[in-house]
Amino acid sequence: MIPALVVFAYLGVVLYIGIFAFRRYEQRDAEGYFLAGRSLGPAVFLLSLFGTNMTAFTILGSAGHAFGNGIVTYGLMASSSALIIPVTLLLIGTRMWALGQRHGFITPVQMFRDRWECGHIGTVIFALQAVLLVPYIIIAVMGGGATLEAVSGGAVPYWFGGAVVAIVVMSYVLFGGMRGTAWVNAFQTVLFLSFGAAVLILIGSSIGGYPQAIESLLGTDATSSLLTRQRVSPRYFFSYTFIPLSTIVFPHIMIFCLTARRMRQFKKTVIFYPICILAIWLPCVFLGVVANTMHDVPGIAAKLDARALLATGDPSITAAQASALQQAAAGDDVIILMLEHYAPVWVAGILGAGIMAAVMASDSQILALSTMFTQDVFAHYGGKTRFGERAQVQTGRLFVVFIATVAYLIALRAPPGIFNLAVQYAFSGYSALFPLLIGALFWKGSTKWGALAVTLWTAASITAIAVFQAVLSPPLPGQAVPYWTVGGVDVITRTAGGTDVLGFLPVVPMTIISALLLVVVSLVTPKPRTATLEKYFPTQSAS
Amino acid sequence: MRWWLALTVVALYGLHQDVWFWNSAEPLVLGFLPIGLFYHLLYTVVVAGLMALLVRYAWPNRLEREAETAVSRLADTKSSSREVR
Repeated sequence: MIPALVVFAYLGVVLYIGIFAFRRYEQRDAEGYFLAGRSLGPAVFLLSLFGTNMTAFTILGSAGHAFGNGIVTYGLMASSSALIIPVTLLLIGTRMWALGQRHGFITPVQMFRDRWECGHIGTVIFALQAVLLVPYIIIAVMGGGATLEAVSGGAVPYWFGGAVVAIVVMSYVLFGGMRGTAWVNAFQTVLFLSFGAAVLILIGSSIGGYPQAIESLLGTDATSSLLTRQRVSPRYFFSYTFIPLSTIVFPHIMIFCLTARRMRQFKKTVIFYPICILAIWLPCVFLGVVANTMHDVPGIAAKLDARALLATGDPSITAAQASALQQAAAGDDVIILMLEHYAPVWVAGILGAGIMAAVMASDSQILALSTMFTQDVFAHYGGKTRFGERAQVQTGRLFVVFIATVAYLIALRAPPGIFNLAVQYAFSGYSALFPLLIGALFWKGSTKWGALAVTLWTAASITAIAVFQAVLSPPLPGQAVPYWTVGGVDVITRTAGGTDVLGFLPVVPMTIISALLLVVVSLVTPKPRTATLEKYFPTQSAS
Repeated sequence: MRWWLALTVVALYGLHQDVWFWNSAEPLVLGFLPIGLFYHLLYTVVVAGLMALLVRYAWPNRLEREAETAVSRLADTKSSSREVR
């Protein structure tokens, strides 16, 4: 119970930070509440932007993925992000910031509407962005409930843990707005950046050093492949470089780019972002791999047994049994199991708070949804003119309560697998929307019809993949079922993890087709007025 | 962006696909880091160095000047309208 008490104390600190931000700064206008008055300093901007982008998956999921797939997890998800996210922040984030300063935009859809002179097409983009964001919020509530239940050894039930997390997040977002959220995120980032190194040292000393563990993994064929990338194909590995394109398209990241006081605040963020990724991902991935040697931890031993049974390929195993075994072998809680086994209880509590910090990253998504609703729907369709700016901020606050409540109710009833899957679709969806940003910011010739084509294509392709994967049940791990073959080449394949298109993840064709659609449709449709284009692409320098 | 920096970004994107260490775990760097993982660790550090170069040589100065001029103009307008009132 001690770890759970430490986590509760941590939640109290987080709540205090959010409410302190509310009392310290008056936030009656929309820019004050939704963008912290565009006044965040360099340290808070860096830590908070990084923290906003790190979710429950970063600590729990990365270790779990590495537990099953090996060191490839780092290359798949971390080092590609280390290159692509800072480059997009430099190229796109700074440009968004400058446009926000010059034209007062608060959300990306406001910029799209102005840039392409459209109203309802902006609403379609808003709707898709909002739908793709919701699963993250639900996942965070679920992660909070599950983490509290795990660190308390079952003393805090899932429903209560989820409720506590939902109420804490809702409260500091409700009161503190963007400033409270940014401060809490900065605090959380410091906590979980320290988490990685602390756990690595603690567990390393408990198991008698890592060289021995790695030697033991090298000893058998079944585990030595975890130290290479044999388990994935080069095409699959390459596909993952498209996923970080989604980051800058996430509404909460784009909105966050508008909060910097000066453009130079991006400088440290761009430089240190890769180092922050290294500090958090490397220990988690490494520990996830090393967990494969921990037969003395009962929970992990059970997972290894389930995996070994699956690997036998015994034909008498039914589909339902295989699915149950896959669930039993999943490693999302290996870090928690290691901590329970190797760390003293009070250390486990502090480290549990570090996990909680990552799990609770839904705050910025809740605030982003509220900001988008009040700006892109309420204000756009006349609410601000009719009821005033104060009412707009109050509507935003009410929306925060509404989203947190709905997310909690769904988290209580839905099986977790559904939303994990939805989050996977969301990454692909946001990556496929990436050409929208490039078109809006860098190509004069892009049009609203091109933007609409990209948005509809993204929605249609995600729906098609979801239906395809729901209709065709997955084969056993390591197997693939070709669904559409042309001239001996497998075009669409159902795999254990999802779907392949010519060996690539669907995100690759989705993003490429999006870009082509934007170009082709824009070329044959009318451009915005010259005056509008001049706002975005001035012909002469202001200096 | 200077052409050599753009080229370096593209080259690093290519170097992410390190097929040469695909099937080998050894040598183990420091006795416990598989070579494939060490490569990507080093890759991340090199990327941070590249980001420092990008910030130094490809920073959008004009965009920054324009935005900050617009902001100070807006602030001046607000303060003068307050004075009129």
